[in-house]
Amino acid sequence: MKHLIIVMALALSTHAVAETVMVQSTTSTHNSGLYTYLLPLLKKETGIQAHIVAVGTGQAIKNAMRCDGDALLVHARPDEETFVAEGYGEYRRDLMYNDFVIVGPEADPANVAGAPDISDVLRRIKQARAKFASRGDDSGTHKKERALWQAAAVDPDVGSGQWYLETGSGMGATLNIGAGLGAYVLTDRATWVAFANKQDSIILFEDEPALFNQYGIIPISSEKCPTTNHDAAEQFAQWLLSETGQAAIGAFRVNGQQLFFPNASQAGQAGLNQHDD
Amino acid sequence: MNALAEAFRLITTLDPDLFEILWLSIQVSLIALVVAAVIALPLGTWLAITRFPGRKLSILVLNALMGMPPVVVGLIVYLMLSRSGPLGWMQLLYTPTAMIVAQMILITPIIAALSNQVIENLHQEYRDTFHSLGITGRRAIVAYLVDARYALTTCILAGFGRAIAEVGAVIIVGGNIDHLTRVMTTAIALETSRGNLTLALALGAVLLALSLLVNALVIAVREQAGKRQYA
Amino acid sequence: MPDSLLPIRINNLQLTKGNRAVLDTVNLTIEDPGITVIMGPNGAGKTLLLRCLHGLIEPDRGQITLGKLSVADSGHRQAMVFQHPVLLRRTALQNLAFAAPRHARSRPKQLIEALEAVHLADRAHQPARMLSGGEQQRLALARALLSKPALLLLDEATASLDPASVLLIESLVKAQSIEGTKIVLVSHDQSQARRLADDVVFMSHGQVAEHGPASPFFKTPVTPSAKAFLAGEIVL
Repeated sequence: MKHLIIVMALALSTHAVAETVMVQSTTSTHNSGLYTYLLPLLKKETGIQAHIVAVGTGQAIKNAMRCDGDALLVHARPDEETFVAEGYGEYRRDLMYNDFVIVGPEADPANVAGAPDISDVLRRIKQARAKFASRGDDSGTHKKERALWQAAAVDPDVGSGQWYLETGSGMGATLNIGAGLGAYVLTDRATWVAFANKQDSIILFEDEPALFNQYGIIPISSEKCPTTNHDAAEQFAQWLLSETGQAAIGAFRVNGQQLFFPNASQAGQAGLNQHDD
Repeated sequence: MNALAEAFRLITTLDPDLFEILWLSIQVSLIALVVAAVIALPLGTWLAITRFPGRKLSILVLNALMGMPPVVVGLIVYLMLSRSGPLGWMQLLYTPTAMIVAQMILITPIIAALSNQVIENLHQEYRDTFHSLGITGRRAIVAYLVDARYALTTCILAGFGRAIAEVGAVIIVGGNIDHLTRVMTTAIALETSRGNLTLALALGAVLLALSLLVNALVIAVREQAGKRQYA
Repeated sequence: MPDSLLPIRINNLQLTKGNRAVLDTVNLTIEDPGITVIMGPNGAGKTLLLRCLHGLIEPDRGQITLGKLSVADSGHRQAMVFQHPVLLRRTALQNLAFAAPRHARSRPKQLIEALEAVHLADRAHQPARMLSGGEQQRLALARALLSKPALLLLDEATASLDPASVLLIESLVKAQSIEGTKIVLVSHDQSQARRLADDVVFMSHGQVAEHGPASPFFKTPVTPSAKAFLAGEIVL
């Protein structure tokens, strides 16, 4: 009995007066520091307190399917569209993009820096059997990476455990491993710029259209998840998509570099509730 | 070395972020400890002094539960508290309460199994006398707990140590949300994943210092008790 | 008037450890209200018999009755002092308070009087386990007497004590006997037995070899083992 009372009291005390929205998002977005910068602005303008749960994309989507959140903000467009099509999300809208880069040891054993395109980069890495640290966790970054291997018609799995190292971890943990082992890593630029343990790794390949990384925002469906805070999620999404929100995203800098590029438009996937203007 | 300097700086400048997560860590683990002790101490004692079929098996299971992997406990609690789970209506996921629940589940077997050991030893000593004086049931349990109070502090300390140091359960059920469910261990995990290794180590040093402080206090109390043959 | 626990009847008591009968068909009736001393060589089963009487051991076979009561029903009217005193990790006074019957627990004056009777009043607030061996045993005796038992059992209670404590405890035991408490005590100390016993039970090899008034037993024991024991020889 005493236990129940303590539990209830604490549960009540954590529901603060301000409106809150629970956002399932990814570690890479979070680790860049974008949310630390954006959320106070959000609160000032709308009064909404956003709580970010940062996990791998796969986990974020699964959590959202379990209704453990009010909104979903990840970078895995095909999965996001499936999410909405299956009725879990109200709608999906393009929010912002950044790009992926290949980082690796300065010595560049596979001579990646001289490659003409990303497919060639991956070919050279496999040829040299140079160490490559993969997320291996079904995240947006991981799915992007697998798509690039496929596009290059190069199969890394034969080297799994030898030169192709699937860490099953978040971006930061994978970068730690890459820096520690002198391995190549596919990472989003934002996380890399903000990462503090680079050791002697640098960006070796960048700036190709194939490395484009699109983020989407999805309020979770109030039909499938009646207990979600639908209004707060809607306000959250709309603020991010608004001129102010987009400008804020574009103004975010780390070490003088812009990390995210706002690109909300009328395009994007409509959901079952047809929320597009 | 940098880490120690950083830890020192954080403490002496009363860094507000540090103290916020430190205070939450202490609160969560302390409440989990109290609730766990209230359940585990009488349970461990009762198991030590009561004879019933299946007693040996129960104690075996209790000892085995001490080794529950925190991340598994976290996963189970998460599925229970998930909004689509059986207890989702309580809206406890991603709150400090969920973290307290998870830690409580983790440390109850530890305190129960260890106190069971302590009380069994005491029972060997006191059994004839208690029988002779007609001390049974609830009165006996209370008497054992009171008399073993100093030995039991070690059991409780073991529970506290496990709670304050674990990260697997609290990160799943708490979500490591800034200013809400971020505790020392999850902050260390976060800073490590950001590559801020010096800061992560510094936080680790602070956590260690806390643990040392708590242990030193308990040892001092036990020394005093020993002087009066109460330990 | 509470039920008297006399006579104590022990019928065909049997206790086996391993494949050895440590109590071997014990038959005994204790009727007299004086001090009964159980004597015999080590391993004779004296302590085991006492523990069966007190309900600490379940015999394999046999019955024990105390007056009209069974062992279980007479428990609250019995008290026992063990060879090594077991005191709680509290002060002397708190130890008495813990053991006292409910109505006496909140009457410190009664408890202090109990301490005075064993000459421990000035030690009331000392941690009990810091007292000397003799003091601890006196405290244990005071504790046993709190419930005003009808039967007081003592198992080699003075075996490890200094002479002053031995004499003090013996005088307390004698005083209790005069007040009407039935005393059954186990002792390997012949001189103590001679000082205290009104009747003697002599045990050997798990059986009662002799039982009778003290004086005749000490003057002319009947069985050879008793003779040898009293003569100071080792009895195998």
